[in-house]
Amino acid sequence: MKKFLWKRAVASAISLICLIILVFFLSRLTGDPTDLFLPETATQEARDNYRRVHGLDQPLVSQFFRYVTDLVQLNFGESVRRAEPAIDPVLRGFAWTLQLATVTMALVTLAAITLGSLAAFHVGGFFDRVATFFSLMGASAPDFWIAIIAIVVFSVGLGWLPTSGTGSVWHWIMPVAVLFIRPFGLILQVVRGSMITALNSAYVKTARAKGVENRPIIFVHALRNALLPVITVIGDQTAAILNGAVIVETIFGFPGVGKLMIDSILQRDFNVILAAIMVTAFAIFILNIMIDLLYAVLDPRIRY
Amino acid sequence: MADHLIEVRNLSVDFHTAQGTVHAVRNVSWHLDKGETLAILGESGSGKSVSASAIMNLIDMPPGEITSGKVLFDGRDLLEMSSSERRKINGSRIAMIFQDPLSHLNPVYTVGWQIAEIMTAHGMPAEKARTRTLELMKRVKIPDAENKIDSYPHQFSGGQRQRLMIAMALALKPDILIADEPTTALDVTVQAQVLSLLEELQEETGMGMLLITHDLGVVAEAADRVVVMNSGEIVETGTANEVYHTPKHPYTKKLISAVPGTGKMTDPLATGIEPILQINGLTKHFGGFVAVDDASLTVLPGETVAIVGESGSGKSTLAKTLLRLEDASSGSALYLGRDLVTMPSDELFALRRDIQMVFQDPTQSLNPRMSVFQIISEAFEIHPDILPKPQWKNRVRELLELVGLEASHMHRHPHQFSGGQRQRIAIARALAMEPKLIICDEAVSALDVSIQAQVIDLLVKLQEELDVSYLFIAHDLPLVRDFAHRVVVMQGGKIVEQGPVAQIFDDPQEDYTKGLMAAGLSPDPEIQADRRRARAELLETTI
Repeated sequence: MKKFLWKRAVASAISLICLIILVFFLSRLTGDPTDLFLPETATQEARDNYRRVHGLDQPLVSQFFRYVTDLVQLNFGESVRRAEPAIDPVLRGFAWTLQLATVTMALVTLAAITLGSLAAFHVGGFFDRVATFFSLMGASAPDFWIAIIAIVVFSVGLGWLPTSGTGSVWHWIMPVAVLFIRPFGLILQVVRGSMITALNSAYVKTARAKGVENRPIIFVHALRNALLPVITVIGDQTAAILNGAVIVETIFGFPGVGKLMIDSILQRDFNVILAAIMVTAFAIFILNIMIDLLYAVLDPRIRY
Repeated sequence: MADHLIEVRNLSVDFHTAQGTVHAVRNVSWHLDKGETLAILGESGSGKSVSASAIMNLIDMPPGEITSGKVLFDGRDLLEMSSSERRKINGSRIAMIFQDPLSHLNPVYTVGWQIAEIMTAHGMPAEKARTRTLELMKRVKIPDAENKIDSYPHQFSGGQRQRLMIAMALALKPDILIADEPTTALDVTVQAQVLSLLEELQEETGMGMLLITHDLGVVAEAADRVVVMNSGEIVETGTANEVYHTPKHPYTKKLISAVPGTGKMTDPLATGIEPILQINGLTKHFGGFVAVDDASLTVLPGETVAIVGESGSGKSTLAKTLLRLEDASSGSALYLGRDLVTMPSDELFALRRDIQMVFQDPTQSLNPRMSVFQIISEAFEIHPDILPKPQWKNRVRELLELVGLEASHMHRHPHQFSGGQRQRIAIARALAMEPKLIICDEAVSALDVSIQAQVIDLLVKLQEELDVSYLFIAHDLPLVRDFAHRVVVMQGGKIVEQGPVAQIFDDPQEDYTKGLMAAGLSPDPEIQADRRRARAELLETTI
């Protein structure tokens, strides 16, 4: 178990290092933040001064080494746009995104598992038709389009829901609803397929021969076996939202890490971009470990 | 008419599939009385399990449809009852155990929970159910039951798992136990133990037992009466003795004559020939586990050497190291003087032509997306020196005819064939390489008895024509008895005994071999009755 965690930590650290190298140099390709930050009329002297203060006058490689040295001491550098350490806005944004991901995925999981299981129990029946409709919709509907249509209908047209922000429960409804659609359709399909296999298995036959009722057969005997592939997909989809539900956050003005990243890229605020990437990467590492541990909880045959 | 414990009357069941309607059983009638064991004997596809599934409400409808018939139990027709009424009967009055207990136990729950569930599902409080579970586990002789109650199915052996299934089924003292191929996946010695446990428990409780099987040995050991089924119909009924000794229907006669283990044993080949394969001190470790321990044996050209042993004896691992599917840890295997164990890979590639393998399950070992022609001619593609391309078609035709198939079969795909035909394709595929040695790993174990006999006949014929040698890995002793020149007995990775077939079967030296021979079941009910008596006497004298 300890060995397993170590292995995973080392493997993740290696990918994180590669990621830092890649993002550090790629982000520099977008240009010099000085041009954006200072007015067009700024003197060359002011520009040089700004570059010196932020270390932008150094060769790229030495900038990188200075960055890494700071990073080892958990110093993510200063934001060039905001007078604060780069990590601060990232953690604030991440807290919002984490809440958004948790609420969305909790609802998705509950809904997909219930509907998917019922669909699998009677293939071709009512629940199966409903499930097919939703998963087709989830797979085919572009979220930016739905988000805009939702604003047009519910905010502008009907005036029921606010267009942006996070002030109240009402503010959350549209972002959660739009983010819900795609993972719901996908996970629903996986639950349905996996449950059909489980319900056709030999141990379900045994349970029926024992005189066990339908509800425990579906939700006790079959479901726990069917969940293994499902939690993999749940993990992937959670990671996708944590990585920045960029479009949805931007459209609904939701102050999450996705929106922060887009803003920082446009502003060439390199330290914020890197901090945001590292925080989400760390979160996804934790998420994957949690999924692996959940495997072992669900299936006693899996031991690390 | 006297009242029976359960009576199936004129039952017909159809399955509506995409390929059309299949009449799974037609007009099947049988009955079972208290304390009696009725066997339903049949090969795969005979419909032998369908009436049991109908009793247990396990037929999925659709695609299944019960088109006629009654199942009378306690004076009522089960088929007329609501599903909640039938649920109350399932498990408490009529219980069932299955083949392959590993897949029939839920892998993610403890066995204690699963046994207790049959009681809680019928209204027993959880605590009482757990106490009773522990009693039951002790009754079916699970060692260390107090601790094992919270273990998971994969932590038990195959025989123990079937005992746990039996404990579960008998928890509520049912009137009827249905056992569907209860010992098919088990080793012979374990099979004998499970059958005698069932017999004991039947005497204790007086339950009626329905035994569904393809194995005449199991019938001879356990059944009072037999119903013989073939393609959905009952062809013969009678006592176990009547059916074995005076079969009336041609199908029953054919089935009984196909049972292996009664023919003449093969004489050993003349000595003094240079062996084709000479294995010396072959050993294979998996970590600290020794799968094959210092195995030595030889195979002569044109000889059949059988390796027999129970599961875990290392017989398959030995075969895999010969083909370098696993690398041996030490020892040597000389094929015509060259060591297979240390041979460099280019030399091995050329040699792969000479040594071919036929696997147990042709459904899995043949690529379902390739046509028969592609499967067989792939050999010529991999080894271009065998045959120029224009002649491939002719050669595939020849090979198919050689294994008893037709030339027109070459454009079909594996799923269009029966199990026996698929194994013939697998043999043709192996023969395409013109091998000198074919390793058959349980090559006929998955086939019905009559098909087994045909495939064995084919292997014998090919050996006579092509002078090929076989290393025949099997757990089925009667089969080996009829087919092998020499027999190697393995246990726990070690070779315990080897010799000419007549010596091993008629005069085994080692205790393990003797036990193995004694555990095998004879298809003759009278012989089995004698053996049972002898066992009982032995038990009394030792007490």
